[in-house]
Amino acid sequence: METKKETITTIPEKQETAIVIEHLYKQFGTNKVLDDFNLTVYKEENVVVLGKSGSGKSVLIKCIIGLLQPDKGNIIISGKSINGLSHNELDKMRSKIGFLFQGNAIYDSMTVRENLEFPLRRRWIKMSQEQINAMVIEALENVNLAHTVDMMPAELSGGMLKRIALARTMILKPDIILYDEPTSGLDPVTAREIDKLILDLQKKYHTTSIIISHDMNCVKKTADRVVLLLDGKCYAQGTYNEFEIADDPNIKQFFE
Amino acid sequence: MDLPRSIRFFLEDTGDLARFTGHYFGLGFSRPFETGELLKQCYNIGYKSFGLVALTSFIIGLVLTMQLHPTLVEYGVASQLPVMVGLAIIREIGPVIAALIFAGKIASSIGAELGSMKVTEQIDAMEVSGTNPFKYLVATRVLAATLMLPILIVMADAIALLGAYIGVNIQGTTSLTLFFSQVFHSLEFSDVVPAFIKTFFFGFAVGIVGSYKGYKAAKGTTGVGNAANSAVVLASVLIFIIDLLAVQITNLLGFN
Repeated sequence: METKKETITTIPEKQETAIVIEHLYKQFGTNKVLDDFNLTVYKEENVVVLGKSGSGKSVLIKCIIGLLQPDKGNIIISGKSINGLSHNELDKMRSKIGFLFQGNAIYDSMTVRENLEFPLRRRWIKMSQEQINAMVIEALENVNLAHTVDMMPAELSGGMLKRIALARTMILKPDIILYDEPTSGLDPVTAREIDKLILDLQKKYHTTSIIISHDMNCVKKTADRVVLLLDGKCYAQGTYNEFEIADDPNIKQFFE
Repeated sequence: MDLPRSIRFFLEDTGDLARFTGHYFGLGFSRPFETGELLKQCYNIGYKSFGLVALTSFIIGLVLTMQLHPTLVEYGVASQLPVMVGLAIIREIGPVIAALIFAGKIASSIGAELGSMKVTEQIDAMEVSGTNPFKYLVATRVLAATLMLPILIVMADAIALLGAYIGVNIQGTTSLTLFFSQVFHSLEFSDVVPAFIKTFFFGFAVGIVGSYKGYKAAKGTTGVGNAANSAVVLASVLIFIIDLLAVQITNLLGFN
């Protein structure tokens, strides 16, 4: 079947862009993962990137945060291209971007408090211990886990770890958050809690989000716009409702 | 003509390790210094290894003496036992045995820790938190291993000599003062200094190999297991190679 491009074309009318991805290519050996991928994300928008496992969704957001280097193409964040940035400039850019890892990536040799303090201390922000403590507690209260502050990650459940990871992602109050499958491996109840937290935090801090997911409940709840990544390209984009009634078999398979 | 797979793998791995070592020298001593993490690693790598190194050194000193005694008696030079044991421990057995024990404990521990951090994306999480994971994780561990092993070996030599003293006294009676004065009178600059200098290289080899294997670990639990296992094997082999080179160099310099 030939790849169609942009079968659904409802795009928000917001003007201010947060992320612009232009003609992005990424290949591992002979495997073309991203093949002329284009996407524009607007400020305070939640875009869900939908796609099958191995379709390159995680690669896409790792290119955005600079953990992977694209082979070709341009990524513009808040009006500034990340191509050719020095390590320090990239670091500065990253301080405005939060990244929630699929496996949480909580440092298991540190307590919850140390995990949350880590990004604050590493950004070399001059703050007193009282200010740091207050930020840690605020971040934990946002995810209703203030009581776990001195616990070790091994003492916490999967859902709690996900919320701690979310608190750590939010602690620097980033403008943009990249979520890598935030509900994968969670039971439906906990997954719903995470979806709600994503929306609550987005409302509170006015963040822009790219959410990688193939959990349709998460997509339905969180997406302002859905983008289907297929064969390395932006195959289709539109609202959840538009996707739900689409006739295209590549889209329909996600709703069956 | 294609090289056999094992030879190609060996050459690639050696090249990667050399690049990794070059990266360490390029980045490990640049600002900002991770002093807090370095001190923590000195405690973990040095202090926490002392018990094991001390125990094995004591046993080696004791056993070496008990094994040598009958032979020396046979040749009528039993009085030379402290001299012989002292030379053997200070020049060769003390440093090599302690370094091998250290490699078994520390190279595997660093390999497994960094390997599991890699597969659970904790290293990526550090990078997006504004931390250079190579400086924070690798440079501190390599430097701590390089600095701690020589200190451990000095203590291990002393404990091994104490074991030797007890070994001498099992089969005869020698005062502590006489035993140690015989040992120290027989030692020269060329016995002590080259043996001490090579311990820095042993420590460096253990740190860099453990870090390299962990940092390059393949995904999954097998990857972590392989990283720990291959770190111990390679570090142990490197200790013998460094020892061989050290002997050759000291011979060339006329220290023997």
